[in-house]
Amino acid sequence: MITRKYLLKFPEKAVGKPLIYHLVKDYDLTVNIYRAKIDPDDIGYMVLDVSGRESDIERAKIFFDENEIIVTETMNGMRWDKERCVSCGTCITHCPSNALYIVDRKTMEVSFNNEKCIECMNCISHCPFKACSSIFNSSISE
Amino acid sequence: MKTYEEINRKIASKTAVVMNAEEIIDYVEKKGLDKAAEEVDVVTTATFGPMCSSGCFLNFGHSSPKIRITEAWLDDVLVYSGIAAVDAFLGATQLRHNDPANMYYPGDFRFGGAHVIEKLVRGERVQLFALSYGTDEYPCKELRTYITIDDLNQAQMVNPRNCYQNYNIAVNCSDRSIYTYFGHLKPNMQNLCYCSAGQLSPLLNDPYYKTIGIGTRIWLAGSQGHIYAEGTQHSPDCLRSENGVPREGAGTLSLTADMKKMDPEYVRAVSLKGYGVSLSLGIGIPIPILNKEILKSTTVRDRDIYAPLIDYSSDYPLATGRILTEYNYESLKSGEVEYNGKKIEVGSISSYSKALKIANRLKEEISIGSFTLAEPHTPLPVAGSMNRMKIQQER
Repeated sequence: MITRKYLLKFPEKAVGKPLIYHLVKDYDLTVNIYRAKIDPDDIGYMVLDVSGRESDIERAKIFFDENEIIVTETMNGMRWDKERCVSCGTCITHCPSNALYIVDRKTMEVSFNNEKCIECMNCISHCPFKACSSIFNSSISE
Repeated sequence: MKTYEEINRKIASKTAVVMNAEEIIDYVEKKGLDKAAEEVDVVTTATFGPMCSSGCFLNFGHSSPKIRITEAWLDDVLVYSGIAAVDAFLGATQLRHNDPANMYYPGDFRFGGAHVIEKLVRGERVQLFALSYGTDEYPCKELRTYITIDDLNQAQMVNPRNCYQNYNIAVNCSDRSIYTYFGHLKPNMQNLCYCSAGQLSPLLNDPYYKTIGIGTRIWLAGSQGHIYAEGTQHSPDCLRSENGVPREGAGTLSLTADMKKMDPEYVRAVSLKGYGVSLSLGIGIPIPILNKEILKSTTVRDRDIYAPLIDYSSDYPLATGRILTEYNYESLKSGEVEYNGKKIEVGSISSYSKALKIANRLKEEISIGSFTLAEPHTPLPVAGSMNRMKIQQER
């Protein structure tokens, strides 16, 4: 049993399909959706954890491929701009999963661990420097 | 005992011994105060955080036909034009025209004067729209153009209050969220926020202003400027620890420097939800080690600097002066403190890591001889406090 975090990018034409149903029913996967934006007029996104046997996850990826869904493993919906971040630490008490964290209490430098991000988007409005943005809320990231 | 001249000679010959205000702590502990005072010439201090009382004077140059500007906007942000023809003052907290502010509470405050200042320092183009009533020698009544900082004759940053010696720690004791210049404070004291570089901060390393005075050369966002006056609300009469370090706001500085020479990394606009716009600035100030008392003050540690915890839901807005408790910066930097047995998560709005970077940059500039010291011509007041505004019913 393994867990992988994926960012799925949906083309407009995939919007009508019950994809998550197939992940559960056909591939025996446990699915935990962090955030999804499925829009009939635009490209959609979903960030989720899938847990199951590695072979089933690999089969599910082929299923995504067949439906023209782009799977990314190394990214999520949240973007943290290292250059815009000044390591002030305002975000620290507003990030519930500690994805934004202080690397070293001596230098007080802030960093972002996208593995831990649950896409709550709390940081976006709390960052005074607009260092955080999200593909789920592109209007706020200027 | 050393003099400014001696230290400057060493800086010019690239032989000055310079340390930042963090390194000096262990160094003095190891070497002893007497030996270290002989060896070390300069200790660099720094801070980086939002400083609302900031802005800049700009001169646009004359158009043809000429205009005597009476009202003007840069990227739709109003600038003060009640001075000479094509001079203006752009303030950091001014909102963009038509910003809904807190009409839809809490407001986003996405763009204001600080953002225009940041754009100018980045070398980006901004729109100038100007109006006038027209005079015989200044006939133009309206103009719209696009400018960059290079088009301006002068861009002088002039900040009436920067570098607060120490600052409050904010918490929210009420049962609803509040939005402040410290950011979002969650109800029932779930989080708190502080704003100081602690042991790196300039005036905490020189608590009685023995070297930092009017005329001191400073590093303001990479540009060499100076202290032109005591800052507004300068209040040296305050609660102090045995080491002389203030346990509340206390001293402030008025700073100026050429904005054309600034590094955009250290001039950063901030949008504070529910509060407004402000400007975060990076400032470095060198402390000449003229004698061992001055050196001793620079060895102050985070654990020896205390700040007051204030309830920003009632005591701060009503100016009651009530302090809930005090914490030192070492405990704040640990990320969690306790109040009446309850754990409170700690955030901050100033950046220690940027301050450290600035202290090291200033150290480098002094070491290579490109930043020399200027002796203050007038000391900052060491006594005095702020007046409260009196609301008078009669004329």
